[in-house]
Amino acid sequence: MAAAAKRVPLPAILLANDLLDGDVVFATAGAAGTLVWTRDPAQALVANDDAAADGLEAFAAAGLRGNTVVDAYLVDVAIEGGHPVPRHFRERFKTLGPSNRPDLGKQAGEGIASAPKG
Amino acid sequence: MYRYDEFDEHFVRERVAQFADQVSRRLDGSLTEDEFKPLRLKNGVYLQLHAYMLRIAVPYGTLNSRQLRRLALIGEKYDRGYGHFTTRQNLQFNWPKLRDIPEILGLLADVEMHCIQTSGNCIRNVTADHFAGVAQDEIEDPRPTAELIRQWSSAHPEFSYLPRKFKIAVTGAEADRAVIKAHDIGLRLRRHPDTHETCYEVSVGGGLGRTPMIGKVVRDYLPKKDLLAYLEAIMRVYNLEGRRDNKYKARVKILVHEIGAEEFARRVEAEFAQLDGPSINADPEEVARIAAYFAPPAYETLPAVSNTLEAAKASNPAFARWVEVNTAPHKVPGYTALTISLKPIGQAPGDASSEQMRVVADLAQRYSFDELRVTHAQNLVLPHVRQRDLFAIWQKLGEAGLAEANIGLVTDIIACPGLDYCALATARSIPIAQAIQQRFANEARQREIGPLGIKISGCINACGHHHVGHIGILGLEKRGIESYQITLGGDATENAAIGEILGPGLAAEDVPDAIERIVAVYLAERAEGESFIDNVRRIGLAPFKAAFQETTRAAA
Repeated sequence: MAAAAKRVPLPAILLANDLLDGDVVFATAGAAGTLVWTRDPAQALVANDDAAADGLEAFAAAGLRGNTVVDAYLVDVAIEGGHPVPRHFRERFKTLGPSNRPDLGKQAGEGIASAPKG
Repeated sequence: MYRYDEFDEHFVRERVAQFADQVSRRLDGSLTEDEFKPLRLKNGVYLQLHAYMLRIAVPYGTLNSRQLRRLALIGEKYDRGYGHFTTRQNLQFNWPKLRDIPEILGLLADVEMHCIQTSGNCIRNVTADHFAGVAQDEIEDPRPTAELIRQWSSAHPEFSYLPRKFKIAVTGAEADRAVIKAHDIGLRLRRHPDTHETCYEVSVGGGLGRTPMIGKVVRDYLPKKDLLAYLEAIMRVYNLEGRRDNKYKARVKILVHEIGAEEFARRVEAEFAQLDGPSINADPEEVARIAAYFAPPAYETLPAVSNTLEAAKASNPAFARWVEVNTAPHKVPGYTALTISLKPIGQAPGDASSEQMRVVADLAQRYSFDELRVTHAQNLVLPHVRQRDLFAIWQKLGEAGLAEANIGLVTDIIACPGLDYCALATARSIPIAQAIQQRFANEARQREIGPLGIKISGCINACGHHHVGHIGILGLEKRGIESYQITLGGDATENAAIGEILGPGLAAEDVPDAIERIVAVYLAERAEGESFIDNVRRIGLAPFKAAFQETTRAAA
């Protein structure tokens, strides 16, 4: 196994792209302490300590091995309005969509069941 | 236009079947992502920020209406109703699903299109002058050459695993509209001064990216019949001696730079002398077969000046401005080459909706012998338009939001997708282009400024050609925010030059002001009839740097 890269500062969330659709997905809490993928960034599970981050990384590895996601990695976040928001602008765009097309992507509620469609 | 023969058809269909199989093996887990990635890249499939991206080859930027309609359909059915025309004269879809891509490739094959070699370390889609076959300053049509190279380079076994990607551009005109000096190989058709035969001037080692270089001429007059053997000699020298230990030093430009153009040319000539030319060079019959596809269409005999056009211009100043700015002289009297701007003020440069693609396809079919072109400046061209039809075309384009009169002007900005889409980007490009367009939206002001090429890249890879922009803008990350470095004096034409950095990077909101100050220096300093780039060359960078520093101070 390759040497572990330096982990991003915590708190952090896990994001990836869905293998089939390419859509950005986030690790979130499923039933009975399991993790599942969601398309809604607001639902992303926030890891506040190393144990939780280890759990996210193990879930990422399983997702890559199981061919459900690609390009999975941890992203450091701030909590704004109760939701995790990536600190880096690149990852913020990934949770939103193209800034010149507010009608597209997650910012327009795509793939987010609870969001109003705009 | 070139039409597939049975071999081409079989080759493309076979590739679709192969890729469909590769996708299904990826989905069932037989292929890991590491195994699959090089395979998908060879078929134009990238993973971007929000989704996959599919890059479709438009060979030397030439399309017919059926093909453009098919692209419109794919955009509507499998994407988000639009596509992005690129500086490589290709089209990218930003939102395809991996599961749909085999089907999309099948739909493309139906109209003789594919995504082969639009990525990966191979010879990429060959680009050419978008006015090929129609430009008044053309010595010979570059498309037969480009098509010959496409066929020779497609799945060429020796050149499928090069040290790095390899781009070839061809022009047959005096004015370089294909940026040949910024390509790994640039070919210019020219006449030999003694024999008057058409030959190729061969440049090697041009390229942008993190180490921008202008191509060096390694052969002044290559006989046309020797083209493929000579290209093969270049590729062999590169394939053997190009660096594979460091991807940032792997392009042929680095090899040419490190050993020098003379030594590179010597090695190429030595290889060329050893090659069995006749077995490599294309059969003259095959060359003639290809060339026949590019025979001129059945033009009418028309007066050089259309009275219908002149009358329409006289009664409609907006139309007259559009004609003046967006049309180029045509070889044949009474015709014109019309550039359709994909840079309406405030839109993403190079984006076209499926509806707009259909409008343009209809116009090409009705008014341009069913032919159109994609330009490296991310616009579309109807190459064979009767002057008298321009007014009707303008009206139709206006209804589709495509009648912007800005070709070659300050708002005709080249911009890569940048961080709004691209996983490699370090900053956004599109919003910068939009902000500059808004600032200079006034048509009269744009015309007063005259030809001025702004080119924006969202990272050092320079897909937006910023190094060769009269004004270049490079988006970087600096201390956690987007920062934009401005260069001045680049040139993408036959006078190719790399721009120089004016000063420290700026925040996004300060970029339009900086451009404004640079333009103000030009307007104050220009001589009668002097263009922006000529002015920069004459007065040098100092006055522009001084004005730029005021922006930096104002922003501080």
